[in-house]
Amino acid sequence: MSKSSPGPRAGSARSKSAPTTARRTRAAGRPEHEQASLFELAAAPASAAAPRPPAAAPAAPEAADAPARPAGRARAARRPVGAQEMAARQRDISVSEFFTKNRHLLGFDNPRKALLTTVKEAVDNALDACEEAGIVPEVEVAIEQLAEDRFVAKVRDNGPGIVREQIPKVFGKLLYGSKFHRYRQSRGQQGIGISAAGMYGLLTTGRPVVVVSKTGPRKAAHHYEIAIDTRANKPEILHDATIEDAAIPQGTEVAITLEGQFQRGRRSVDEYMELTALANPHGTFRYRSPGSEPVVWDRVTSELPPEAREIKPHPHGVELGTLLKILRDSDNRHLAEALVANFSRVSPQVAAEICAKAKVSPKASPRTLDTRAVELLYRAIPHVKILAPPTNCLVPIGAELIERALRQRIKADFFAACTRPPAVYRGNPFLVEVGLAYGGGLPADELVDVLRFANRVPLLYQAGACAVTKGVVGTNWRSYGLPQSRGAPPSGPAILFIHIASVWVPFTSESKEAVASYPEIVKEIRLALMDVGRRLGGFLRRRARAAAEEKKLGYITKYIPQIGIALQDILALKDAQRDVAVAKLKDILERSRTV
Amino acid sequence: MAKRKDVAQAKKSKQALDRRTVTAIVGAAGRVHDRILEGQKPSMSFPLRTLSNVRYDKDRGYFEIGRSKKSRTMTVSTVRTFAQTLRMMSLSKELVETDDFATKRDAYYQSKNWADAAFAEQTESDTVMDDIEALFSVEGISREQLRFVPDEHGGAVAGRLVVFDPDYASGEVHRIDCTQFGSGAYSIPSLVEHLSFETDAKFVLAIETGGMFQRLQSHRFWEKANCILVSMAGVPTRATRRFIRKLSDECGLPVFAFVDCDPYGISNIYRTLKVGSGNAAHISRFFCVPNARYLGVTPQDIVDYKLPTHPLKEVDVKRAKDALKNDPFFKAFPVWAKAIEQLLKMGVRAEQQALAKWGLNYVLDEYLPRKLAQPQQFLP
Ligand SMILES: Nc1ncnc2c1ncn2[C@@H]1O[C@H](COP(=O)(O)OP(=O)(O)OP(=O)(O)O)[C@@H](O)[C@H]1O
Ligand SMILES: [Mg+2]
Repeated sequence: MSKSSPGPRAGSARSKSAPTTARRTRAAGRPEHEQASLFELAAAPASAAAPRPPAAAPAAPEAADAPARPAGRARAARRPVGAQEMAARQRDISVSEFFTKNRHLLGFDNPRKALLTTVKEAVDNALDACEEAGIVPEVEVAIEQLAEDRFVAKVRDNGPGIVREQIPKVFGKLLYGSKFHRYRQSRGQQGIGISAAGMYGLLTTGRPVVVVSKTGPRKAAHHYEIAIDTRANKPEILHDATIEDAAIPQGTEVAITLEGQFQRGRRSVDEYMELTALANPHGTFRYRSPGSEPVVWDRVTSELPPEAREIKPHPHGVELGTLLKILRDSDNRHLAEALVANFSRVSPQVAAEICAKAKVSPKASPRTLDTRAVELLYRAIPHVKILAPPTNCLVPIGAELIERALRQRIKADFFAACTRPPAVYRGNPFLVEVGLAYGGGLPADELVDVLRFANRVPLLYQAGACAVTKGVVGTNWRSYGLPQSRGAPPSGPAILFIHIASVWVPFTSESKEAVASYPEIVKEIRLALMDVGRRLGGFLRRRARAAAEEKKLGYITKYIPQIGIALQDILALKDAQRDVAVAKLKDILERSRTV
Repeated sequence: MAKRKDVAQAKKSKQALDRRTVTAIVGAAGRVHDRILEGQKPSMSFPLRTLSNVRYDKDRGYFEIGRSKKSRTMTVSTVRTFAQTLRMMSLSKELVETDDFATKRDAYYQSKNWADAAFAEQTESDTVMDDIEALFSVEGISREQLRFVPDEHGGAVAGRLVVFDPDYASGEVHRIDCTQFGSGAYSIPSLVEHLSFETDAKFVLAIETGGMFQRLQSHRFWEKANCILVSMAGVPTRATRRFIRKLSDECGLPVFAFVDCDPYGISNIYRTLKVGSGNAAHISRFFCVPNARYLGVTPQDIVDYKLPTHPLKEVDVKRAKDALKNDPFFKAFPVWAKAIEQLLKMGVRAEQQALAKWGLNYVLDEYLPRKLAQPQQFLP
């Protein structure tokens, strides 16, 4: 385990310098809102990350024609702008265009992080696909260096593959995916990840995404080279071929050429791979990187985690916009039926109660309901008692497996792990699990290394803004025997593994780096930490007691011979008599230690 | 009066005493050894050395240690002290057998040969020594008989006394005439047990300060009053107390104390001289002078002689009140309680040298003769 720099501290310092993402915390956790927020921000002056004009990208001319000018310049001109003139400038902003200006929001703020994010998006997808298809994952990652700042990131999986017609959209269209509309625990959830990585590659190197996918051993493999028309957010197929004798029996290989920087240590691809292997003990990972031997992490278990079940949204977490959309899209005749059909834990009685509280007829047609009526429903929902959402949709790694994985990968003296029962924030089920390794070769006088995971994905950035850090800092570690200064994580030779699993992880931004601090989530994190903390405390106390015993034993061997000498001198004993007395006395005292 | 003892006789009784000491040490070690062979945790018990475990025995006239004991059972956490105690006892036995002695500091350095059982600080070895002393005091054996001698020196003596100091090795006996020191004095040795005396003096005057002793000595007051002068220089050392006790016992002399009139002079110096001290009650039986009496300066003297005074300090008041409340000696003598209460009411104290107000030699020309004319008025 790499543990060279004090991670959490560096992380929190970082969060202060990134106010954009911190401010966005409030918008987290609401699918509809997330999407909306992207557009909102697009209309604002993009001052944070002015995109470099991409030389070879086909989207280049559009990028220069920014829709919103910096406010300062407009004012300086002092030329009154009429509504007509403004209307002439107002037009659609494509998501892809938005991304080229705001790539920091998706984790592509610098070449180093861009390389990490690219690998991460591809690996997350590979694991998601394998698990959904019930395949024990084998993932290969290769980073090849083409030039000083140019790399190819290749990720290959043994998953189900992608059907031919879907490939261009998956890789060439932002906000296209299979996970966004579902309430199901998975790594990806937005439908941005891999196409954003592809787009970044295209923007910085002009090279398209290369995809080879095979949906079965007896099926042909498809080879695609895909670019993205950022203006239209549409894939552009540059090359399309069928390969009859592909090297892989089944699965997908994605290769993205990008401008990047390869570094080892903290927040590197190395660390991401290592932590991914730790949080996915059912997977085998092979990793090749420039200038070092290939690394293999063999699976700790060959048992696939149970399939994550999809659930319907719970009314308590729903946004007004979502409610509106669900009702408009429903094909039920009556409002009450639509509520029962589209939400979890809404029985006919509950639906009737919601309608009654809202004073809206349950017999109304959901599709033609006006916005005012939907708002009345929306306001009524919190006042109706509704059962918490089902939690069997969550798939924890499991305390036993976390501990086993830690034991296999980390040299330490003590291990503990705990999986909390599921809980709910804003209608979304989630659960927290924690693993702890203590002692051994871990550095003793540094802050404890906090490894954060969300749906088994390691989170390497924005530690300071994360609910996990909040939970760690808010736990009293001193009572468990670890030194801790106020407002800081504990220090000592320990590693904390903290995993949050949810059907919808409330990230603080689209780059999925920190979990928003919902009180329910922070509370569960603390409870899990307290559980392993108590066990650590017990271990440390036992060890201290054993050390004291050891010391006493030392006393016995040190001083008993002196008693022998004194008795021999005073009583004129023979050497043999003295030795008998010494042996007897040792025996007496050792026996008494255990009583 | 005491006559010069036969050296051989003295030697014999000393040897008997030494044998008793060795027997006591061997007995204590033997009990530890027996317990070990029985497979039991050995233990030693020591009389508890605190004022709460002290009783004033009016008949015997000294503080006696009570029945409270602290028992030290050998466990893993006491094994170190236990080893040190036994090694210290072994050292004592060796000292007796070789007719040698060790001061507290000597003993501390001796322990450096005991490997892991060596003392880290002298306070450690002092405590162990005090424990051993207490342990054997129960059998009537003093620290001096265990051959551990104090580092501090004894007081000074002048007057009508001849001290015989035998050297057992050569059989020679030194004769020391305490009238022959000119303006100097005889210095009491650390060990006094082997000394014997010859005197025709009528009493012993034990004086608190060196200054007063100097005045009386240089004017040969001992000649005029036919007495022996002893300078205590503050609280008398063990050797000084033992020396005065022997003088008083062996020559049948009364002892009068002449100290400052303040709570320290009364409750520390005089009380310790007469009955012993709280934390050393286990040795009082050897180291106190039960027939000592208090000549002055008394609270009444301050009034009668119109002595210049100093106000009582806070510590003085505290000490006086403490004596009235907790000290078994003052509780046993209502006159003393009354005298101390009087002092507290006056709120002042007076030094013995305050008599110089009436002339430098007023003390020997007027004060002492007047006092000595009425010894029955001395405080007990
Ligand atoms: N290796 C793969 N094998 C099979 N299907 C894949 C693979 N990679 C991506 N997909 C499909 O492509 C879709 C889009 O992927 P993308 O990474 O863009 O979005 P996402 O994973 O849904 O969400 P996020 O933006 O949070 O990553 C996925 O939802 C999945 O259906
Ligand atoms: Mg993804």
